[in-house]
This record gives sequence, structure tokens and C-alpha cells, in this order.
Amino acid sequence: MASREEIMSKVETLIGPFNNKGVALKDATTFAGDLEWDSLTVMDFVAAVEDEFDIIITMNMQAEIETVGQLADAVAKLMDN
Amino acid sequence: MTDLLSKFDPLIQERETLLATGVKDPYALVMEEVKSPTIAVCNGKETILLGTYNYMGMTFDDDVMEAGLTALKDFGSGTTGSRLLNGTYSPHKDCEEALKEFYDMDHAMVFSTGYQANLGIISTLAGKGDYVILDIDSHASIYDGCAMGNAEIVAFRHNDVEALEKRLKRLPAEAGKLVVLEGVYSMLGDVAPLKEMIRVCKENGAMTLVDEAHSMGFIGDNGRGVCEDQGVIDDVDFVIGTFSKSVGTVGGFCVSNHPKFEIMRLVCRPYVFTASLPPSVMATASTSIRKLMHSGNKRAHLWENSKKLHKGLRDLGFEIGTPEAQSAIIAVIMPDLERGAMMWQALLAEGLYVNLARPPATPANMTLLRCSLCAEHTSEQVDQILGMFEAAGKAVGAI
Repeated sequence: MASREEIMSKVETLIGPFNNKGVALKDATTFAGDLEWDSLTVMDFVAAVEDEFDIIITMNMQAEIETVGQLADAVAKLMDN
Repeated sequence: MTDLLSKFDPLIQERETLLATGVKDPYALVMEEVKSPTIAVCNGKETILLGTYNYMGMTFDDDVMEAGLTALKDFGSGTTGSRLLNGTYSPHKDCEEALKEFYDMDHAMVFSTGYQANLGIISTLAGKGDYVILDIDSHASIYDGCAMGNAEIVAFRHNDVEALEKRLKRLPAEAGKLVVLEGVYSMLGDVAPLKEMIRVCKENGAMTLVDEAHSMGFIGDNGRGVCEDQGVIDDVDFVIGTFSKSVGTVGGFCVSNHPKFEIMRLVCRPYVFTASLPPSVMATASTSIRKLMHSGNKRAHLWENSKKLHKGLRDLGFEIGTPEAQSAIIAVIMPDLERGAMMWQALLAEGLYVNLARPPATPANMTLLRCSLCAEHTSEQVDQILGMFEAAGKAVGAI
């Protein structure tokens, strides 16, 4: 299975097309605050992440994910299950 | 002390900025007099109504009004109780019978509003460990039904069969799944590909609920909605609807052929813990529903109106939410809220009322002038409406 680094690098690639402001990505980068994504962008991005890793990130889980690092952790956990 | 209302400051600011430009508040319109399903008096001016959900024009139907008056005299003004206790009168049972006849289904349950029907059915059906899979553009009542329950919520891209299928396949095979769809999506007036979606749901072991609020009475040979029109009504587990659109009064319902459906009356909190509708409302609803079963000519005229308005607006140069008329909702896309509000006001000054719809109600942050037609609009009125759009559109530079 994929390592945390591999997941993080794939997540960063997926953020690319939505990163209009060219924000440097760290674990602590927030989607709403730093990347300034609205709900529509979040929806498109989540769909891309789900398809890349073949997982489901429910809206209940999305509500708990605020940063890029938290997303990578959540993806790792979902792939583990 | 933290002022709990301070969280709304950005919205207060936005409204003040908009109103400062001189436009009227689009959310404070009063109808001083209502002359018919298509004409009201607003600000002292006779106004054509093109933004109601009175699709079949039943609000002033003689038989409907007569039935309401009789029930008001016979049963009084209200029930003062829950359907489960003292709030079920014979008009409530008769209204559920009318729904069973209309949909040709075994069970019908009437709620006090359509909002409560979605709230109650979705939150009760899908519990902890179950999944609700919904279209991202679902109505607020569907999202609120999800928020009220304890299920896991999965959203998919609007009307995207492949996105739905992919998500269904990723969910645990043994988990309970409810897919919630709408026949007509009310913001753009577009129709769902229910035939393909219901097939995908069945293949993946999901139960299905279709909200037919904006299609009842109009779409399908018998007016049963988009699932009838696409030939899948027998494959849908639950149909949700409302009395506040084509039926012309207020109330909501769920119909189903599920053999265990009646238990919902005991376990569905938005059904149990609220007062039932007044008997006069039930009598108007059942009379209207039975008349809608035989309204083929009105349905045909409403289609003519919708197609004519769609083509006319497009020919004038307006951008419309759908490539052709798919329902009685024709949504004109405006470039932004300010110009949308200006156009809305210019139309009102011409004597035309439409809905101004804005985020978060709209998809993709769009500002829309939503036109909804009525079977009682005459062809001449549609011509008049197009003339008003042309004048207002030129006045504010929208075309």
C-alpha cells in the first residue's frame, strides 16, 4: 500500500488544478482559509481524490477535514480499511 | 457577551450595499390582492405572476374552493393535534386515498409540508451505519433530512450517472443505502436521467427515493412525475411530493408500495410531533388531486407555454438554464446579483413577477431569474411576458 509521502504527493498533484492562487502546500495548509475554496471547488476536488484513491469521503468526514495534512491522514486510513 | 447574530454581518452588509444602489428588496414583496392563479396586485399595480409554483392553476378552482369551504364548516378551522392522536379526521384519510388513486400505489402518508416529508422520511429511513447518496444540487429539505439523521452522507455530481455508480460500488455491499433523487431540479428546471439512475441503484442494492415536487400533475401521462415519464415509477421505492405546487394548497406526502410502509407513522418524528393540517386544507388537496388525474389538456397547454417562453427568451438573447424546456421552470441566467436584482425590479415595474434566486439556493453561484409557468397562462400572456422581458432587458442592458 501507498506510504504517507506517496499519498501526500498525489494529493498535492490533485490540488494543483484548483490552486489558483499558487499557495505553497504544507500539512497545515487549510482548504477554506489558505486556498480560499468555496463549496463547489471542494466538491470537485473531493470527487477527484475519491476517484484517484478509489475511496469514499463522506460529507460527515469532510466536515472534520480542514487541512491538507488531515486529508492525507484520512485517505491513508480509508485505504487501510 | 458575544452577539450570536454577528455571524450574519457579512450578509447584512451585502444586503445594505445592494439596497443602497436603489433596487427594491426582492425578498419583501407583498401581494396586496390575488385575482387569479396568474394575476395579482403588487405595489398597487396589476402584475402577471410568473414566479409561483401554481403550475396547474388549481388555487381558484371552483370545486377545490367549494370542498374547502364545506370542510371548514363541517370540521372547524384546525385539528389541534398530531396525526397519531386527535389529529386524524376523515378528510385526512380521504386525502391519503386520493394520493393512492393518483399514484396507483398501496400506501400514502401526508405530512404538514413537503419540507417535513423529506425531513421525516430521509432521517427515519437512513439510520446509523446506513448511507444516503444524494445529488449535490439537492433541495435544502433533502440536506436537512440528512443532517437530522445519523447516516453517512455521500454526494455525487449533479445528474451524473457514472459518478453515482462509482460511489455506489465503493460502499460496503452489506450496508443499507438510500439514493435520493429529484425528478425536476427546481433551480434550473432540468430533469434527472432517472431511468439510468434507478437501474444503477437497483444493480447496486440501493433503495431509491424520488422527490417529484416540481413535476406532479404536469409531467408523465397521468401527471405522476418524471419517474412515470421515464417508465421507472414501479422501480422507485418512495416518491415524495407536495401540495404547495400543482395541487395548489399546502402539505407534503410520501407514497410507496413497500409492504412495511405503515410503520413509518409511528417512528417518523416530523410526522408524529407536529399538528396535522386543517381539514379544509385536506379537502382542497384531495379534490385538486382527483381533478389533476384528468387534466391532460391542461398539461398539454402548460407544455406549449413552457416551450414558447423558452424559445422566445432565447431568441431575445437571454441565456437559459436548459437547452430546451424540460419542465415548467425556465431559468434565465443573470451575470451577477446586482444586475439580476436590477432586471427583477425592471420586470416588476413592467408588471411581471419572477423569482430572483441567488446563492446558496442556486448551483455554481448563479443568479437566476426563475420563471415558472401556469397552465392558466394564456398564449397572449406569454407574448406579453416576452414583451416585458425585452423592454426590461434593454433598459438594464441585459440583452
